Amino acid sequence: MSKTLAIETQDLGRIYKLRGSKKEMRKELIALQGVNLTVERGELFGLLGPNGAGKTTLIKILTTLLSPTSGWARVAGADIQREPHLARPRINMVSGGESSGYGLLTVRENLWMFSQFYGVPSNEANERIEALLEMVGMKDRIHTKSSDLSTGLRQKMNIIRGFLTDPEVLFLDEPTLGLDVGASRDVRKFIIEWLKADKERTLLLTTHYMVEADELCDRVAIINKGRVLACDTPAALKQKLQKDALFVIDTSPLNGLTPQMVQDQVGVQKVTVTDIEGGARLQVSLVEDAALARVINLFTQKDVQVMNLTKREPTLEDVFVDLVGRSMAEEESHESS
Amino acid sequence: MQISTSWRSFRMAAWLGWMIESNWTDPFLFAVYSIIKPLSGAAILVIMYGVITKGNYDSNLFPYIYLGNAFYIYVAAVMTGVSWAVVDDREHYKTLKYMYIAPIYIPIYLLGRGIARFITGSIAVFITLAAGILFLNVNVQLAEVNWILFIVSLILGILMLAMLGLLLAGVTLITARHEGFLGEATAGALYIFSGAVFPLSVLPDWLRPIGYWMPTTYWLELMRRSLIGNVANAYPTLASLGNLQILGILLGLSILFGTLSIFVFRICDRIARERGMIDMTTNY
Repeated sequence: MSKTLAIETQDLGRIYKLRGSKKEMRKELIALQGVNLTVERGELFGLLGPNGAGKTTLIKILTTLLSPTSGWARVAGADIQREPHLARPRINMVSGGESSGYGLLTVRENLWMFSQFYGVPSNEANERIEALLEMVGMKDRIHTKSSDLSTGLRQKMNIIRGFLTDPEVLFLDEPTLGLDVGASRDVRKFIIEWLKADKERTLLLTTHYMVEADELCDRVAIINKGRVLACDTPAALKQKLQKDALFVIDTSPLNGLTPQMVQDQVGVQKVTVTDIEGGARLQVSLVEDAALARVINLFTQKDVQVMNLTKREPTLEDVFVDLVGRSMAEEESHESS
Repeated sequence: MQISTSWRSFRMAAWLGWMIESNWTDPFLFAVYSIIKPLSGAAILVIMYGVITKGNYDSNLFPYIYLGNAFYIYVAAVMTGVSWAVVDDREHYKTLKYMYIAPIYIPIYLLGRGIARFITGSIAVFITLAAGILFLNVNVQLAEVNWILFIVSLILGILMLAMLGLLLAGVTLITARHEGFLGEATAGALYIFSGAVFPLSVLPDWLRPIGYWMPTTYWLELMRRSLIGNVANAYPTLASLGNLQILGILLGLSILFGTLSIFVFRICDRIARERGMIDMTTNY
């Protein structure tokens, strides 16, 4: 493994055996399949995918919580299966959207205790705690019992717990999940500042927020159904779609017009439809602008009125649609149904 | 295994356990609870004994039962103190996964978490013994106590119980939903098979071997003998064995169960990682 790699995986896979009733056959759920990733030191790497895509499973494996069923991985230079004891002092992890922590302890006590498990000298730990609490605007809560904190503040405390030990590789699993807009912005700002302070620090972030991945990450892997579908910088991923023209068309009710009918028009690459108040919103990817005329003509034939039409730049959402054939929200609802 | 890492794991776990154990209510209520709980437990037994024997508290059976019951407090406290940490951290505080990725030794951490229950258990045992000696005529003469036997047996017994707790913690780790009852169920079962309140000879022949294989049987006998040797000696279960012989058996069984505990915990730990059970939540 190259010395500059913080994370490396090779054919990493995880299959869960699901227990059914006695009469049922044991089912298997493929959570991860053939994942090959490399993350450079100093990189902010994003794993982007819908709920159930395998992001958390991958993080659990990389943080030694879960054994893979195939393949191997190295984190901070250590084989996570053969040398987990070498990896653990160099990593940390924070899961968003949960209120973990000892409610009977104050914020300072919770954080100090975890720092001690990592062998951080007590004085240094206390200094770091104060500095980090200051950075996220929580210094006035240092002596508050964590059970008395709001969900958002408790989550911020947990995020500090991850940063407190100054890990070489930090795993953030949906860190802004459940946070309000202001708190999410604070966390994103804090992440960027933390990485800037030391070029050797590496951060792997999972999210299903496209904007978050786009704004923060140096590189993004798009993951769905346990497979990595694409991996590149956000700009490069979007660049691949630049050859197509993307239009957002708000219309009156579709009057029996189906996405497939639009798709069948010459020059139409991809169509997704979502309901909006008083009609529908179509996102249409065209190989050339001229194909738009054929789409509009189809609307006219079906007596569908165009309320608004916008041409826009591709986003990571478009990249996901291009790769999966559905938007992330559609994919989540499809998987849960 | 680095000693500094082990010590760090143990020390911080003990601190955490004590903070949890002592801070769940205000200090006054905690003190009242610490006194009332053991006395209530002893009172139930004393009243039952009084009703059954028509108040024959002078019988040798009474101190046998009373002391057995008093020291049995340690069994539940230490053993379930260690194993309950898994349930508490995983299900209640949702921190077990963070402990698992920290550079600590999980078995040492769990043993450390049991320290707080050992301390509160010791308070309860002391209060129960004091009440028995002061108010119920349990004839413990401090001048006649075999202190060396008492201290050696106590230390060995506590270590043995902590290791049994580790075994239970391993099983708890791979148990979903009902893991909270494992400790109580095991402590309850051991109560019957350890000669805590009646000699093993009372059990049917086919159940007695279970009791003879339990290290708690020999430990409770040693605790009784160290405090009131001649009375405890009068009962048939282990009467033919001398103190050193019983201590030897206790040591042997402690080593056996201690080794088994480490082995079982390692297997359960591996299974939990394979099945993704380290951060499983089912109850809270």
